[in-house]
Amino acid sequence: MNLDILISGVGGQGSVLASRALALAAMEQGLAVRTSEVIGMAQREGSVVSHVRIGEELYGAIIPDRRADFLLGLELAETARALNKLKPGGTVLASTTTIVPATVQLGLSTYDREAITDYIKKQAGKVFFLDLGVLSRRAGHPRTANVVILGALSTLPGLPFGPEQLLRAILRFVPEQFLDLNRRAFEIGRAAMEVA
Amino acid sequence: MSLKLLMGNEAIAYGAVEAGVQVATGYPGTPSSEVLSTLARLALEKNLYVEWSINEKTALEIAAGASYAGARAIVTMKQVGLNVAADPLMTLAYIGVRGGLVLVVADDPGPHSSQNEQDTRVFARFAKLPVLDPATPAEAREMVKYAFNLSERLSLPVILRPTTRTCHACQDIEVAEVTERPRPAPGFEKNPGWVIMPGLALRRHAWLNQQQEVARELLEESGFNRLINLDDEHEQAEAGIITCGVSYNYVREALDLLWLKVPVLKIGTPYPLPNRLVLDFLTRVKRVLVVEEQEPAVEDQVIALAWRNKMLTGISGKNDRLVPREGELDTDKVKTILEKFLETAPAVPEARASAPELPLRPPVLCAGCPHRASFYAFKEAARGTDAIFSGDIGCYTLGVMAPLNAVDTCLCMGAGISIAAGLHRAEPNRRQVAFVGDSTFFHSGIPGLINAVYNRANVTLVVLDNRTTAMTGHQPHPGVGRTAAGEQGKPVDIARLVEACGVEFVREVDPYDLEASINAARAAMEYPGPAVVIMKRECIALAKKQKSYLIDHQLCTECGLCLEELGCPAIGRPEGRPQISQNCYGCGICAQICPSKAIREETR
Repeated sequence: MNLDILISGVGGQGSVLASRALALAAMEQGLAVRTSEVIGMAQREGSVVSHVRIGEELYGAIIPDRRADFLLGLELAETARALNKLKPGGTVLASTTTIVPATVQLGLSTYDREAITDYIKKQAGKVFFLDLGVLSRRAGHPRTANVVILGALSTLPGLPFGPEQLLRAILRFVPEQFLDLNRRAFEIGRAAMEVA
Repeated sequence: MSLKLLMGNEAIAYGAVEAGVQVATGYPGTPSSEVLSTLARLALEKNLYVEWSINEKTALEIAAGASYAGARAIVTMKQVGLNVAADPLMTLAYIGVRGGLVLVVADDPGPHSSQNEQDTRVFARFAKLPVLDPATPAEAREMVKYAFNLSERLSLPVILRPTTRTCHACQDIEVAEVTERPRPAPGFEKNPGWVIMPGLALRRHAWLNQQQEVARELLEESGFNRLINLDDEHEQAEAGIITCGVSYNYVREALDLLWLKVPVLKIGTPYPLPNRLVLDFLTRVKRVLVVEEQEPAVEDQVIALAWRNKMLTGISGKNDRLVPREGELDTDKVKTILEKFLETAPAVPEARASAPELPLRPPVLCAGCPHRASFYAFKEAARGTDAIFSGDIGCYTLGVMAPLNAVDTCLCMGAGISIAAGLHRAEPNRRQVAFVGDSTFFHSGIPGLINAVYNRANVTLVVLDNRTTAMTGHQPHPGVGRTAAGEQGKPVDIARLVEACGVEFVREVDPYDLEASINAARAAMEYPGPAVVIMKRECIALAKKQKSYLIDHQLCTECGLCLEELGCPAIGRPEGRPQISQNCYGCGICAQICPSKAIREETR
């Protein structure tokens, strides 16, 4: 099997942990993996994407346009920005939570929430909207949005690993004192898909 | 052996440990930094010496010294760092090395986080040193091991040149357990051959030129140059592709997407080029396309080789503008290039809805960043003047963004103070303020400051001392006194250093104290002669969050000053009125500038 997952968001939201956890879970199933991430403090609050490629014959780490099977959007506008990577009929998990950049406050750009939401609905084969802001706070910390969305993803068909395997991979990247927090975030993400 | 998910830079570090590296040095620079920080993590367990050096020149000289004594040494830097290390490198090629010496020089096509797109493969050829160009993290690990052996066989430094898409890509990699300790260094042997003099230089130059051909022969057999899709020994093809580094991945995937089988020669050793392999390929295809990022480093050598051998093979690439010379390549770009070269009709993509206008989201200084406060204070102090703010390389280059607009020039590491001095010579009556980070100050800012003192340049230098090398991932530096391996070193006090350089006006201020900062800024700018203000406050990514602020909407007049002056990502208008989000770090600058005193500390 070959599977391409793109994670988009804002610097600081934890897209690197999300892509590494997906790769590790797949690796433990004996699959080859590649990830590519935006590293460096310079990306604080900027647009970031992480690529995860899983399969047998792999080349580069960058997913070509219109090839991603899943798009995980940690922020609404960043989901729209990355949609060109989604394959026709691909699945989107999109946060309804917005992070409005300073350029909007300064009148240098605009954030049209409705137009962006409509665009995502039109482009995606399947789309699940999740309020990651509320869900991650319910888990106990806004920084767990990345794990909430992985929990949500784990309910969908087409993944080479089960939810327990993904959760175990996530927890390998988490310091001991935050294990329960992240377990909770993962479960909240799973539960949210029952109603989404 | 154990299977690990490793980032390219980690894979390089593991490869170096497997090769028995004993001394590792470097200066941080994206995308290279994680090579040395991984080695630092392994230092104790694997018995290596690892240091963050003050700059790339020093790093290379230390590695050279270790190699003179027979130790294996690795030096890490980004592409522009090689310019700083160029002086020792160019002559080290003549002198030669004893213990294997590998330079990891990470290139940044794009560029993603660099001031230029210089190509280290071209630099290697200029320095007459072999260069290896990995396509994947796994290959980078193999190459670094090979590079140490090659270096010792040739007695030359060898360059490994990964790019961002190898450095910051992860792959599943089998890692060997290294239990044996590196062999002890045999020790330095006195010999006139270690002392470069004009006479020796001439002799060694002839030797160095001979080594190019020795290197070429070894690289032919290295296994990093491979023929794909041309199985039969006598098979001929209409068209073929030569590709180098990460571009190999894009070529393979683009061919798969196009359902095409075209012969590919993968080059992993772009200089010296494996001439026999290339010549054989040229005899078997009628025309060839060279796909590589940045400069036509391989392509130009292929053209020269074909011409010398009177071959009529058509050679396409950058010279006929099929392959761009700027920016990064990717599978989509390469697919379009291949469609043109192979004259296949491009697939017509289905029509898609046009995207709505999306918000611009450039990287910004963090909420609570002390640099924001420092820039604001100097802007206030300079209000009404035509002062020029010269910047430097680091997080604080982001001070250029609206609404701060506090960086008027930026060129290279350590340039700000000297650019300011030069502007002062051309416009003696204009105020000049230069900003430099603490790590950059140590790297290359100090000579510029001494020069300003010596030549009596009337400039103000602001040292943005956030107690770390923040931009590249919080490496320590001499001002902090903690070493790469986490041990206590000797801290170098910036204020005392500046005084010793002969600066008579030196102030140290906490940027979170806005009034004191503005006063110090004014006094420094009015002072006739070089003046230094050290804005000292730890980077917020290292210091624990202290408190939060909130806006009292009874008092807020919605004047918008906090939003428009600071551009802090923690202040927004989610429901129309200005509001401080939970991302607030508690620097308190907004509270200090609010004319209505409507911003106050949140009490819990």
